[in-house]
Amino acid sequence: MNFETVIGLEVHVELKTKSKIFSPAPAHFGAEPNSNTHVIDWGHPGVLPVVNKQAVEYGMKAALALNCEITKDMYFDRKNYFYPDNPKAYQISQDEKPIGKNGWVEIEVNGKKKIIRIERVHLEEDAGKNLHGKDGYSYVDLNRQGTPLIEIVSEADMRSPEEAYAFLETLRAIIQFTGVSDVKMEEGSMRCDANISLRPYGQEEFGTKAEIKNLNSLNFVRRGLIFEEKRQAKILLSGGQIQQETRRFEEATNSTSLMRVKEGSADYRFFPEPDIPRFDISDEWIETVRQSLPEMPQARRTRYIEELGLPEYDAMVLTLTREMSDFFEATVKAGSDVKQASNWLMGEVSAYLNSEKLELHETKLTPENLSGMISLIEDGTISSKIAKKVFRELIMNGGDAKTVVKEKGFIQLSDPSQLLPIINDILNQNQQSIDDFKNGKDRAVGFLVGQIMKATKGQANPGVVNKLLQEELAKR
Amino acid sequence: MTKLYDKSLVELHDLLVSKEITATDLTQATFDRIKETEPTVDAFITLNEAKALDLAKALDLKGISESNVLAGIPIGIKDNIVTKDLLTTAASKMLYNFTPIYDATVMDKVYQADMIPVGKLNMDEFAMGGSSETSYFKLTKNAWDQTKVPGGSSGGSAAAVAAGQIPLSLGTDTGGSIRQPAAFNGIVGMKPTYGRVSRYGLIAFSSSLDQIGPLTRSVQDNAFALNAISGSDEKDGTSAGRSVPDFTAKLTGEMKGMRIALPKEYLGEGIQPEIKEAILKAAETFRQLGATVEEVSLPHSKYGVAVYYIIASSEASTNLQRFDGIRFGYRSEDVQTLEDVYIKSRSEGFGTEVKRRIMLGSFSLSSGFYDAYFKKAGQVRTLIKQDFDQVFQDFDLIIGPSAPNVAYGIGENINDPLAMYLSDLLTIPVNLAGLPGMSIPAGFSEGLPIGLQIIGKHFDEQTMYQAAYAFEQATDFHTKKPVILGGGK
Repeated sequence: MNFETVIGLEVHVELKTKSKIFSPAPAHFGAEPNSNTHVIDWGHPGVLPVVNKQAVEYGMKAALALNCEITKDMYFDRKNYFYPDNPKAYQISQDEKPIGKNGWVEIEVNGKKKIIRIERVHLEEDAGKNLHGKDGYSYVDLNRQGTPLIEIVSEADMRSPEEAYAFLETLRAIIQFTGVSDVKMEEGSMRCDANISLRPYGQEEFGTKAEIKNLNSLNFVRRGLIFEEKRQAKILLSGGQIQQETRRFEEATNSTSLMRVKEGSADYRFFPEPDIPRFDISDEWIETVRQSLPEMPQARRTRYIEELGLPEYDAMVLTLTREMSDFFEATVKAGSDVKQASNWLMGEVSAYLNSEKLELHETKLTPENLSGMISLIEDGTISSKIAKKVFRELIMNGGDAKTVVKEKGFIQLSDPSQLLPIINDILNQNQQSIDDFKNGKDRAVGFLVGQIMKATKGQANPGVVNKLLQEELAKR
Repeated sequence: MTKLYDKSLVELHDLLVSKEITATDLTQATFDRIKETEPTVDAFITLNEAKALDLAKALDLKGISESNVLAGIPIGIKDNIVTKDLLTTAASKMLYNFTPIYDATVMDKVYQADMIPVGKLNMDEFAMGGSSETSYFKLTKNAWDQTKVPGGSSGGSAAAVAAGQIPLSLGTDTGGSIRQPAAFNGIVGMKPTYGRVSRYGLIAFSSSLDQIGPLTRSVQDNAFALNAISGSDEKDGTSAGRSVPDFTAKLTGEMKGMRIALPKEYLGEGIQPEIKEAILKAAETFRQLGATVEEVSLPHSKYGVAVYYIIASSEASTNLQRFDGIRFGYRSEDVQTLEDVYIKSRSEGFGTEVKRRIMLGSFSLSSGFYDAYFKKAGQVRTLIKQDFDQVFQDFDLIIGPSAPNVAYGIGENINDPLAMYLSDLLTIPVNLAGLPGMSIPAGFSEGLPIGLQIIGKHFDEQTMYQAAYAFEQATDFHTKKPVILGGGK
């Protein structure tokens, strides 16, 4: 029997607001444990939460980018549970009225487009972290406590691990374009839990699902789902039953292991948060935020293909992050050829960023100097080979391409009056090669060109050298 | 030294301004008086003597501002209001060792007004109770009769003021916890409109009901105190963004044309006859002063107690979850696992009444019961509010008793929670509607004070003070003193 895979994802995204969602403590990371905390984050007796408007706006921005309807009468709920990293023993979240609902994103797998529906996007506060020391004690770090989060819940619309991968990739690009989050899975600013179940083809009802946690990269999500697909199929084919359980992805073995079996659902005793008055989100506010949304990756992709004539692959790669996409557009705007800009960004630039583990803004490369360099290649001032040297100079130390070329002496020698003396010098020193040439040995030309390039430190324009050499050889 | 302990704020202010006494003298005299009377009253959990004297000395150096009646005035703070570097217990074993690292917003206001906080006052544990008997630490006694309860939950705040230990205290009121003890001790207690005083730093019992307010021996003193602690606070999202009028501005005695409502439900079954009589007499007094008093109906007020014990307990059940033995407060020693820390610390740290309400509230919020209890209670709460809105279309104030009975004997009701809950029936609807309510002395029954409750429109405490002052000036109840304050038997 064949099974159809059914996948739904729950994605948590940290919003990069200046301060936390309900306290004035800074909301960034990398500080000493418990240093980015306020007495509110500690849940001390008497403290009260105050809503950070920027967090609401960022949540709304993400929800709008995911084509959600915005809830206008806003309130928060308390979700009650005890855990040491949850100081109030309740999390302020949204239950019945998420800030966004009924959204969708379009994904593409193997050339086929598909709509994945978004059930809801809700705002909540993140918990702290429990750290288990080697001394037998556990420690609590509340730096993360109160960081604004949105939880994005998809409908169970995905039918393969590849679709889940594509959904996450698309979701990440969209959120990244809105600028409300870094959406980095490896750093935890985007986290994903995956629900997966199987059912015989043709059956409407969902099968019993398993939830996979600890998925810290897009690849882990795909691998975890692939493993789980097989595990569940094997059980079903052998006549067994899937039990509803939570499983952990094991990076080392690309498998999942049992964390806990769900026994009924936890009762979080949700109720409206009485410390935060209800408030309305006005149509004007929604419109202002909607207007502030940048063009989304999908739209840019289409434009790159249709208006700029880029191949689909280029359009896809260039729109994976907003930074790359913006950089590309600025380079073109600065005068560069479209395909050249794309080639450089996808090729040398990406290779450099990957090897140095840097992001574009951390380098000295600018759309202007990249575009300037590309122009110098096109007008023959530098060769592609020299361009690679110029590029390294520009990305590491910055500056203007023309100036770099001039100062470092990278200019291509194309002027016959400069080249001819050098060519004749080389010819005078290599009578044997001239004889070989006259005897029909074409290889001799290659040797002579090599000598000329060496004499000019690689700066001679190979085309011009070839032409002049042929002429001079004919004279001899 | 002249007898300072039964003076009004204005009298003390005059003495300070004229330099007949210094703030240090007054503070020292206050501690002397507390030490002398504390064996009788047992109102304080913690005294703040060294720091209070330092503050007073600093103030004497700075000088007393003539325009600030509160400068140098000793004030007692209910022990559920957090005070930086000063033990704050909420009268619970759970917080027996808890020293806050920040000040409540009302404390900031107390310091801004140059008041001198002299100590932390006893109360029912986490403000849950009506007699202050659920305190983990001590039994506070009624200022008029030490065999009687002082009321609650702000029993320490009321008894200390009534007994002349301090001229002014802060209490908190979730379902009557300022008004009922004020009534039991024959003083003035104000629960302001929800949102008038910041709750930041008040250890939450029921977030949608709690308010901080002042207790004093006179209406004028009370109005001065409320002036100082009111105002919007960016740290409290539920505080009102409204300007604060001068609450002393209408203390003129003028009552002509004021329209007062007397709900028939407030004089119905379960109200002691002497109290009913005192309230009808009070209505007559208001008429003589030129006001009109008419009977009205608040038909849904009979559901108030049921609604209150669902909403307040539900909110409390989650507000009190932060007391988990992990970060502060009591932690059981006898633990092996994380779950032990939670279960044993909370089982040992909380008292019976608190546990009862946590269980009641947890049940009301549970999946499968939420709609029938918490949600339904919220709907009835709306009906109760609408009753008041209706009456306030035609009236300026509502009057009635503050409590159905006068102070009862210590130990009399403590094992009958339902009887205890029912005694809040006259005060609870006011909290549910977020309205301001106050209690002022209005008579005696067998030597124990009776309180008149005055309920105002949202943010109209000024009119309440106006009527309260007129009533006070027209009657002599406030001039009668308990023995401990020099009164006759």
